[in-house]
Amino acid sequence: FCGLLLTTAKYNLKLKTSTWELRRVNFRKSRSQNISAHKRFTELLEKHEKEQIDARVPIGRIITLPELKSNPFKERICQVFSTSEQKDGSLTFEDFLDLLSAFSDSATLEIKSHYAFRIFDFDDDGTLDCADLEKLVNCLTGETNDAKLSSTEMKQLISNILEESDIDKDGTVNLSEFQHVISRSPDFVSSFKIVL
Amino acid sequence: MSTAGEQDADLSLQEEHESKTHRTKRRDGDRQKKKRRNERRKGGTRAGEGEEDLQAVSEKRERSKRKRAKSKQETSRRENNEEEEAQLTGGKGTKARKDIRNEKTRRMEKEEVREVDENVDKGKKKQGSTKKGEKKEDGGKQLVKEKARDIKKKKHKKAETSSEPETSEEDDDEEEDNDKDVVRPECLSPEELEKLKEAVDERKKLIQSLRGKPWPMKKKLVTLRESQEFVEKYEGALGKGKGRKLYAYKVLMTKKWMKFQRDFENFKTACIPWEMKIKEIESHFGSSVASYFIFLRWMYGINMILFGLTFGLVMVPEALMGRPYGSMPRKTVPRAEEASAMDFAVLWDFGGYAQYSVLFYGYYNNQRTVGWLKFRMPLSYFLVGVGTVAYSYMVVIRTMARNANESGVGDDNSFNFSWKMFTSWDYLIGNAETADNKFASITTSFKEAILEEQESHKDDNIHLTRFLRVLANFLVLCCLAGSGYLIYFVVRRSQKFALDGLENHTWWERNEVNMVMSLLGMFCPMLFDVISTLENYHPRVALQWQLGRIFALFLGNLYTFIIALMDEINLKRKEEKVVKFNITMWEASLYNGTVLENSTAPPVTIHPADVPRGPCWETMVGQEFVRLIISDTMTTYITLLIGDFLRAVLVRFLNYCWCWDLEAGFPSYSEFDVSGNVLGLIFNQGMIWMGSFYAPCLPALNVIRLHVSMYLQCWAVMCCNVPQERVFKASGSNNFYMAMLLVILFLSTLPAIYTIVSIPPSFDCGPFSGKNRMFDVIHETLESDFPPWFSKVFSYASNPGLVLPFILLMVLAIYYLQSTSKSYREANVELKKKLQMQNEENKRKNKRAALKAQMDLEEARKTAQEQQRNNNASVQDQEAYFEFDDSNTSQKPWGRGTSPLLLCCLQPFSPFQPQVTQLVG
Repeated sequence: FCGLLLTTAKYNLKLKTSTWELRRVNFRKSRSQNISAHKRFTELLEKHEKEQIDARVPIGRIITLPELKSNPFKERICQVFSTSEQKDGSLTFEDFLDLLSAFSDSATLEIKSHYAFRIFDFDDDGTLDCADLEKLVNCLTGETNDAKLSSTEMKQLISNILEESDIDKDGTVNLSEFQHVISRSPDFVSSFKIVL
Repeated sequence: MSTAGEQDADLSLQEEHESKTHRTKRRDGDRQKKKRRNERRKGGTRAGEGEEDLQAVSEKRERSKRKRAKSKQETSRRENNEEEEAQLTGGKGTKARKDIRNEKTRRMEKEEVREVDENVDKGKKKQGSTKKGEKKEDGGKQLVKEKARDIKKKKHKKAETSSEPETSEEDDDEEEDNDKDVVRPECLSPEELEKLKEAVDERKKLIQSLRGKPWPMKKKLVTLRESQEFVEKYEGALGKGKGRKLYAYKVLMTKKWMKFQRDFENFKTACIPWEMKIKEIESHFGSSVASYFIFLRWMYGINMILFGLTFGLVMVPEALMGRPYGSMPRKTVPRAEEASAMDFAVLWDFGGYAQYSVLFYGYYNNQRTVGWLKFRMPLSYFLVGVGTVAYSYMVVIRTMARNANESGVGDDNSFNFSWKMFTSWDYLIGNAETADNKFASITTSFKEAILEEQESHKDDNIHLTRFLRVLANFLVLCCLAGSGYLIYFVVRRSQKFALDGLENHTWWERNEVNMVMSLLGMFCPMLFDVISTLENYHPRVALQWQLGRIFALFLGNLYTFIIALMDEINLKRKEEKVVKFNITMWEASLYNGTVLENSTAPPVTIHPADVPRGPCWETMVGQEFVRLIISDTMTTYITLLIGDFLRAVLVRFLNYCWCWDLEAGFPSYSEFDVSGNVLGLIFNQGMIWMGSFYAPCLPALNVIRLHVSMYLQCWAVMCCNVPQERVFKASGSNNFYMAMLLVILFLSTLPAIYTIVSIPPSFDCGPFSGKNRMFDVIHETLESDFPPWFSKVFSYASNPGLVLPFILLMVLAIYYLQSTSKSYREANVELKKKLQMQNEENKRKNKRAALKAQMDLEEARKTAQEQQRNNNASVQDQEAYFEFDDSNTSQKPWGRGTSPLLLCCLQPFSPFQPQVTQLVG
């Protein structure tokens, strides 16, 4: 118990106490979860970066996390949660916590679907158009060549998807349509999770 | 802070600028006012940073006031105009009110920005730009309207504005008053207070809903801190005098309460057992394997409660307060068994001392109350037996309902493809192998879906498939019948052995029944798997068939076992009759001997172990179930160790010196069989439900078993299993498991209830001995423990004349609810259709409106240009004003004489376009 207190105190020194409190308020994540997240995050940092509070971890090191390593959307996830100005997908600790809170159990369907939409929106234009959907299918079927769908299959698939979920028939799926589809899905919330 | 003052001046100038075209006279006075205010504010800022917020509030209020005043002016002015304008003024008034509210929210955002940037210069720039941008929009909107109006009433223009300066003067005075007021909440008018309260409430709502907003962390933090500060600052100002203190206290308490709730929530999550273990498995094997463990944990919880009920209300009272061991025949090991009663082999079979203990039905005494607490033992026993079943029903059905709620309209197929696309990836997968499997399964599911869509069915040789399927079902039926007969045969044979006496037989012959049942449960599913390859079904359908067949097999085995047990019960009851007769003879002979000698002598004391006793079929049933559970548990663990662990070890280490690749080739590592394990768990639970009435120790045993298997299986999965080839989704199967559990619960309570209701209890063992039926204990309690009127009421209530209508009513209610839910579903479909139609309609309408707006705007632009040319002369004398203006607002595109309408034409997609058309047209 003392050890826990000590570590807590140490981390409190590193980051301002009030910030911790606020974070806890925000996400109802327990302190221990936050600490474990911080531990995992500092493991990714290099030595000289550990002293800085707002150090950024480049995308290359983030995606080596075992939880993300086999995820086909790992780059997209980093891009979406990154607040970096160069759009290089690097994450600060706060971004990292953001990521975890969006993928946590306690996040609402609305948040999850919002981030899912942004992850799937490969060109960041606010709608899922044909190109986005095609990229999405390619991500889901893996890299191996024999597993890929043929172009006619792809066409058929995308037209089917648009037929189902594109309510206003403008050729793209926008956020509200996406959320409408997702909200009816039985297992989105249970599978859109990442646990450290 | 001087920046704020400047900005304000800037803003107000902007506003003035907007209205310049028809308010030329007012301008000079206003400008002086502005200057004055500016100076005052600059002086005020020196007072300190703390006032910043307040100042901002005052600024805002000022602005809104001014706006309101403006709209008032306009309304008064327009009263002189034609009646057409009436509608417009109404719209304008509401618009102005709306603007006030908008400004409030906008100001919040601005404050956030201010807080973020501690650097003053930066803040200044940003603020300036954002404000300007917003103002541009807002102002643009207003300008457009005013311009439009101007176009309409060119002729009336000159005469109108004579009364303006006075009114504006008044307004400004009011504003000044307000500036001072804000600092002291006591002097606020009720209206202001109301507004402040609204703002505070808004902030509170913001704080609450913050978690649900998809913003980055930084923004959330800033907003949160901002709003909290605001709330803290102004919350106290809302009440007055005593009420104020009370209000503050209330706020404090709510805060404390929230904090406590949060901590409690954290505590609760920390208390969930095995959470981390399950999460670890989840991240390696995906959600379907984890769903088994979650199911196991859920089952463990239920069994804990059942165990608590039986242990706390039946076993402990009997052990503590009932008569001690050895005081009565039913509580003593008979003389014949005494020698071997402590042998491990006997105890392992739950004979000997284990049989004559609180673990089994036979031990309980039929005295009505036990101990100084007057605990109603038989009643408690009966109620706990009924209660466990009732509780299980309740929990299972409630969980099913909740699952159904969560999945919503789960089985509607309208988003088949989209779901496959958007929700098929399991983000928990953190293992490359699982990920590969998932890729493959997603690809196949895509291909299958496309194929299904392309050609609904294309059967190459339907006759052959049909023949094969019939053949497969025939084979499965043969298997089921064979296994049923085997069990029946074995049970009958074991009865024969039991009659002969167990000592003459080998271990195998004694444990034949359980072993045969376990072996059948192990090998028949494999056989079914082989048979199902004949059928050539879609894998999902094949899995369902497989599950159904295993279910049928288990059920058949269980029921054969029960039927055999029934036979045995009947045998025991015949035996009991003989024993009863013998006992009366024996007693008679005993008393004959004593009565003849001396009638007053103390009755002969016979050691309870020597008293002859009946066979007590209830204990026998309990023992059978306990043995079954034990052997089932053992087989499960042993298969786990041999089938998974040993196989994994062999494959791993023999691979170095083997001729083919063992890991990739034939034996390979085993997969975790979710469906088989779930079925095993469900049947295990079914046996618990069936047997726990006759053996109160069953829930306890099951708790131990589940606890051990939790750890053992977690370890086995992590150490020697590979992820499944066919990765299933968890959610679809969840309610499927629950439905199976419900079926099993129903089927397992049937025989238990049958025995309770229709077979009279043994005469010399158990809590109900001496009664005609077990449920007579209720009657007895009603008669002796409740006042007579209660039993009367009860007898009336249980009268069929009342019960039957009640049942009828329930059936009607069910029918009604079902039909309403059906109609709701239909309405849903209908609404969906309507929504789609509406969307299409809207789109068409929008297109038309946009076209029309464009044309109208062209026209408006022409007239505006004309008008400008006409007005050029009058504009000349405004030059002085503009010069002053330009020093502040050089970026404004319409800073010098450009018509705002032109600007609006340059932005064809601006949001206020439709309004323009309305106004112009």
